[in-house]
Amino acid sequence: MGEYQLEINGDSHDVSAPDHWTLLEVLRYRLGLTGSKQGCDKGDCGACTVLVDGQPVLACLTLARASEGRAITTIEGLMPAHLRAGGTGADPLQQAFDRCGALQCGFCQSGMILSARALLERCPRPSREDMRDALSGNLCRCTGYTQIFEAIESAVAEKLHLQPNLRSWEAQRAAQEPSR
Amino acid sequence: MLRLPKFELCTPTTLAHAVALLAESPDALIVAGGTDLVPNMKHELFTPSRVVSLAQVSELRGIRRGADGSLAIGAMTSLAEVAASALVRAQAPALAQACSLVAGPQLRTMGTLGGNVLLDTRCQWYNQTYFWRQALGFCMKKDGEVCHVVKGGKNCVAAASNDSAPALMTLGATLEFASLRGRRAIAIDDFWVADGICNKRVERDEVLVSVHVPKAPEGHRGAYGKLRDRGSIDFPLLGVAVRLDLDAQGAVEHADVVVTALAAQPKRIAKLDAVLHGQRPGSSDFEVAVAEAAALAHRQCKPLPNIPGDAEYRRDMVPVYVKRTLLAAARGEGPVHHV
Ligand SMILES: Cc1cc2nc3c(=O)[nH]c(=O)nc-3n(C[C@H](O)[C@H](O)[C@H](O)COP(=O)(O)OP(=O)(O)OC[C@H]3O[C@@H](n4cnc5c(N)ncnc54)[C@H](O)[C@@H]3O)c2cc1C
Ligand code: SF4
Ligand code: FES
Ligand code: FES
Repeated sequence: MGEYQLEINGDSHDVSAPDHWTLLEVLRYRLGLTGSKQGCDKGDCGACTVLVDGQPVLACLTLARASEGRAITTIEGLMPAHLRAGGTGADPLQQAFDRCGALQCGFCQSGMILSARALLERCPRPSREDMRDALSGNLCRCTGYTQIFEAIESAVAEKLHLQPNLRSWEAQRAAQEPSR
Repeated sequence: MLRLPKFELCTPTTLAHAVALLAESPDALIVAGGTDLVPNMKHELFTPSRVVSLAQVSELRGIRRGADGSLAIGAMTSLAEVAASALVRAQAPALAQACSLVAGPQLRTMGTLGGNVLLDTRCQWYNQTYFWRQALGFCMKKDGEVCHVVKGGKNCVAAASNDSAPALMTLGATLEFASLRGRRAIAIDDFWVADGICNKRVERDEVLVSVHVPKAPEGHRGAYGKLRDRGSIDFPLLGVAVRLDLDAQGAVEHADVVVTALAAQPKRIAKLDAVLHGQRPGSSDFEVAVAEAAALAHRQCKPLPNIPGDAEYRRDMVPVYVKRTLLAAARGEGPVHHV
């Protein structure tokens, strides 16, 4: 049994869990943070995606205690972070997923949103290609992905005050782009 | 839900401490990014009493260029960093491309170059849960005596599936290990053995410290081609690394092709240099030579039904990928990959 601290969503948590527990197990079964989903539990699906130091990683393959000292972000942390930054409501990506119907069963959604959040942090005006790359480790068995990409586009459009006419997305994006 | 077997986790911050922790416990195993070892432990393929994580050993991380122009890549450098590194892309394009095609984005952030070099071999009878393996009958790689791939076979033929390995072979890389017994270096060509149970010459307590890539000549070109089911996440059904060194006149001075994911170790296509030597990319003679090289590879490669994907299909794809990857390298492009 190990006693250690993890920094999750900006808060420090005391953890008491056996050494062989994964980060996903600690999040879900010690800390009650069940937003990170346990899908395949072996690295295939991306449902357990969390951000570690801002990068998407798979919590089901991460040994919890090896994450000591790193900044962990789960889906539960997005809305509080957005509110702290002066925003209203949920994270704009969460709102866009809702608005665009980017989910059916929702099981992939927290992983999708975290991968998308990390993408927007490093690339505020992603192309479809950038989105496809960034989400390629997140499987969705329901939506066929189209509405997921549209949701990301919608969140970007909202932020950059583009017309949310999704069909002309690439043209608008290119027009706004200084040089890429 | 797949639970890990119980173990003690050690998180040393120095290489010296890591090496000591490994020597102390007779069945301790190293974990780097954990993207291979953790699923394997969940499948009860390994049940160590101690696991030594290298995650906090910062001296094993980073990419440096030596005074002689060679690259030293720390074993704990992530695949994403290797793939994005301007130094690696310029000097060792085949390696950068191979790393960019390993698994998906999360796994490339977690997975390390060292872990990739030391990836366990893969087989559809082996990379399964304990329950599944027990139900179908164990095999000699783990818990049993027979091979399900080659009936009556005496050797395990599980497939070398690490994308970096063939690229590093075309680049003439050297691996540097540390243990309580000291340091040693081994050329990557000499590192593999034709045994799927363990296809590498490495002791359990040896830490891979870094991968050295010698400086390539001015006209060096490299590319990587990869066939897989789902272009976004899967292991290779076939991997092809290509090296073409062009002389000052633009003709091929040295050519090398190494293929992987077919058998227990990566395979260098023999007599290929002679076919391509002296040919000038862009010329029709070069295209003819490339077709000849592809046919040569086809004759030399006979994949077994060890990993998913029809073996005959994988064999048929060998010349296709050898040809496309050679042409991509000649143009200074690549990787060759379907989306
Ligand atoms: C869904 C999925 C898809 C994947 N697809 C691919 C793919 O397409 N291509 C591919 O090549 N791999 C693939 N992988 C495997 C894996 O993600 C990568 O090979 C990765 O590079 C392994 O590195 P790691 O640091 O996570 O290794 P770990 O799992 O930490 O270690 C792997 C092995 O190497 C040993 N080891 C690690 N570092 C050292 C060291 N410094 N010294 C000594 N021993 C060490 C460990 O003991 C272990 O035996 C995939 C994995 C998953 C789950
Ligand atoms: S090749 Fe044969 S012995 Fe090796 S893992 Fe597969 S079934 Fe087992
Ligand atoms: S639950 Fe982690 S990748 Fe599927
Ligand atoms: S909405 Fe069901 S898996 Fe994506």
